[in-house]
Amino acid sequence: MTVTDLKQTNPDSASPTIDWSKIEEADNFAKTVKLYRQGKYDEDSFRRFRLQHGAYGTRMTGDYAMVRIKLPAGEIYPQHLERISQLSEQYSIGSAHFSTRENIQLHWVILEDVSEILRSLAEVGLTSREACGNTVRNVMCSPLSGVCSNEEFDATPYALATAKFFLRNPMAQNLPRKFKFNFTCCEKHGMVRIVDVGLIPQIKEIDGEPQRGFKVFLGGGLGNKSYVGHQLEEFTPEEDLLYTSMAVMRIFDRMGDRKNLARNRMRYLVNDMGWEKFQNLVLKERAIVRATQSVITRLDVDHTVNEIKRPIRIAEEVPEAIPDGYARWLKTNTIKQKQSEYRSVFLTLEAGDITANQLNALADIIRKFSSEGKARSGFVQNVALRYVHEDDLPQLYSTLLEVGLAKSGSLTMASPIGCSGTSSCNLALTNSHRLAKEVQRKFLELKLDEDDDLTDSSIKISGCPNSCGQHGIATIGFFGGGARVGKDMYANYQMSLGGRSDGDAMLGQTCLRVPAKRVIPVILKIIEIFKQHKKEGDTLKSWLHRVVNQNEDSEIKSVNDIKNILEPMIVPPTKEEDPDFYLDYGSDSSYHTKTGKGECAA
Amino acid sequence: MCCLTNSDKITTDVDSLRSEIRDKSVRVIDVRRADDYKQDHISSAVNLPLANLLSDDSPDRVLKLVQNMGIDDETPVVVYDDTFGALASRVAWTLEYLGHSDVTLLETTYSNWKSLGLEHDSSVPDIQNKTHSLNLQSDILATSDYLEQAKERNDVILIDNRERLNFLEQHIPGAISLPYRTLASKDKILRSKEDMKRLLENRGVTGNSEIITYCGSVGTLSGLAYYALKSADLPNAKLYVRSFKEWKNLQKPTQKQEDASYWDLSAE
Repeated sequence: MTVTDLKQTNPDSASPTIDWSKIEEADNFAKTVKLYRQGKYDEDSFRRFRLQHGAYGTRMTGDYAMVRIKLPAGEIYPQHLERISQLSEQYSIGSAHFSTRENIQLHWVILEDVSEILRSLAEVGLTSREACGNTVRNVMCSPLSGVCSNEEFDATPYALATAKFFLRNPMAQNLPRKFKFNFTCCEKHGMVRIVDVGLIPQIKEIDGEPQRGFKVFLGGGLGNKSYVGHQLEEFTPEEDLLYTSMAVMRIFDRMGDRKNLARNRMRYLVNDMGWEKFQNLVLKERAIVRATQSVITRLDVDHTVNEIKRPIRIAEEVPEAIPDGYARWLKTNTIKQKQSEYRSVFLTLEAGDITANQLNALADIIRKFSSEGKARSGFVQNVALRYVHEDDLPQLYSTLLEVGLAKSGSLTMASPIGCSGTSSCNLALTNSHRLAKEVQRKFLELKLDEDDDLTDSSIKISGCPNSCGQHGIATIGFFGGGARVGKDMYANYQMSLGGRSDGDAMLGQTCLRVPAKRVIPVILKIIEIFKQHKKEGDTLKSWLHRVVNQNEDSEIKSVNDIKNILEPMIVPPTKEEDPDFYLDYGSDSSYHTKTGKGECAA
Repeated sequence: MCCLTNSDKITTDVDSLRSEIRDKSVRVIDVRRADDYKQDHISSAVNLPLANLLSDDSPDRVLKLVQNMGIDDETPVVVYDDTFGALASRVAWTLEYLGHSDVTLLETTYSNWKSLGLEHDSSVPDIQNKTHSLNLQSDILATSDYLEQAKERNDVILIDNRERLNFLEQHIPGAISLPYRTLASKDKILRSKEDMKRLLENRGVTGNSEIITYCGSVGTLSGLAYYALKSADLPNAKLYVRSFKEWKNLQKPTQKQEDASYWDLSAE
């Protein structure tokens, strides 16, 4: 048989194996909205109900909601993308948004239309249930799990099983606060130390037999106050995965702070109690859970091997000339898989936004180019196609080019994160979303995505101190606020440096406040300072790591030294000199801070 | 129901149209551009490009156009387009306004018709002029003056069929947003009656209210909504045919969703 025989021009697409939906929830939601509008449901109970179903509030209005669709383990199938494309045009703004936690969000949805979305999602097996509220939020898994050359085994089935176990589970319906699981492939690609429960797959030899298990990190998290998680024990065998998860949740449920809404994430409990005490409690509680749970309480881990049934090579139709920009894209958007001849391709979006047309196009592209027939959403408002045959990459690039999805830099510093900010969030003080897009455009214009010194660095921007943009773990992080000159206000960001989420996870160090319209020049200046002082083999990330830990021996010895250089750049001009300074991005009227009530704590 | 009159029917399904074409008992109007029509069209269809109609849609002229297409008071008419039914709706509504009662929309688009492999060709039919009466149905038309008065009433619902971002940016005060994309199903220009009813009921569009639809400029998207309402047994509908473009030109009041930069969420 030749390769040509294997080639399928119109391959069957892979189908979802798990139905996350429950159609009755759509009708129930519609009914409850009616009762609420008739005043038969009080504000607080309705908000809890709404959040439990994945509908978040919207900036300055009770008429609209944001629907957060969960993608457990980040998996998304072509038919999902097509459905979400349709929903975005019908009920939202014609674009959808990939979040940092492997959700897809539809914004500016009329509250009365949410039930129609739930119904339509159920038809393709998706749910938004428990995507918000005090529950187990979407269970994440590294987009590289299964293909990462550093991983010990693929954590995806465990992430899916965990999601399945806790979804609609009574024990997870009324926690003191939201609760997050992140699975990863390896130390490098993980986000395991900034989450309630983070898990890295490990294999350990026990009595001569290789045994699967995890490194479990507890009590991390980003927010108004951020913490790095602690490792529970050296090795947690796979049969203890569920017991450990349940034990941690039971302790949190019992002891978490239900009164002080600002301090009710589990990381505060861990911090207040002290790690050792918390650790002991977990180990004891786990013994009790293990001893008292019925044998049927276990994770339903699907060990079916991810079927690469379509090793399609379509490269015979190689485009005559490889379009411009291919080499740059190949370098900054693709990763070699552990499976030889295959790469994972990360698409560059602007702050996670994607149009209805692009979603549709992406569905076709997955069917045509990904040998696993599905895609993965990532940790940084992006999406990855995996199992793309290397011979097919030029053609994939030109296909992506046609639909505006071929921008370079997705795996580099040129793809900043921006939370939704004032584009839809009640709590936001600044338009962090647009700022991220502006930074990206500038980086791509200057071709900074090609700079090897910058690839492993990151820029993350939140529109308020609450960290949805994950600024604390960014190489250069920002969170928004307001400042004033006399009675004139302007958008102003607190900048931190040197944050990271890998094996050396740490939160960035506060540097100084930077006005919105000075953020781009300040970032470029930091890069310039780094270039002046870097040593052989340094990246911006490694250099800043030395600076924040005061191990740098050049004249830049601390964040303070960087601050001193930047300070002249942040002096506000008068309104007459530069009226634009007093406008936030995306706004043509004077800046003023205006926020509504947050719902994270609802 | 045993006695469905023609006027209860909103769309004509593909199979019915095929047999009506075979029986020569229908006038099919293709409202796409003349060039597209020339290439191919549903067999026996005549061409009335929407732009042609809109260049002067005074009743006298439309009457002439209708007569030239061989339509008399009794001729069943089916209209189609390749624009999810919006252009066809605007033409159908105009015929209805003129007093022609038996006009329906093809349930699907021309592309879909063609992809199903159904009868199409490029021949232009010979048409004999017919005589049609003029009996203006002014109760299906909303003018700006009428709308300005009516929207203050409690029993009037005003629906904006433009896309959500346009609505947020600016709309007629009191309007609710129902983007035209919401009206269709995957392969039909209108979703099923049951689905349409549920959607509208959730939005409070029910009962005996008078409902006025509008869109950006010429009443196409809102024309489709006009028929969507009728398909959900809400016959008390009017089309504000000059729509938001006129409203703005007349400098009448508009409303905006304040304090949010929603445009920045768009990936366009």
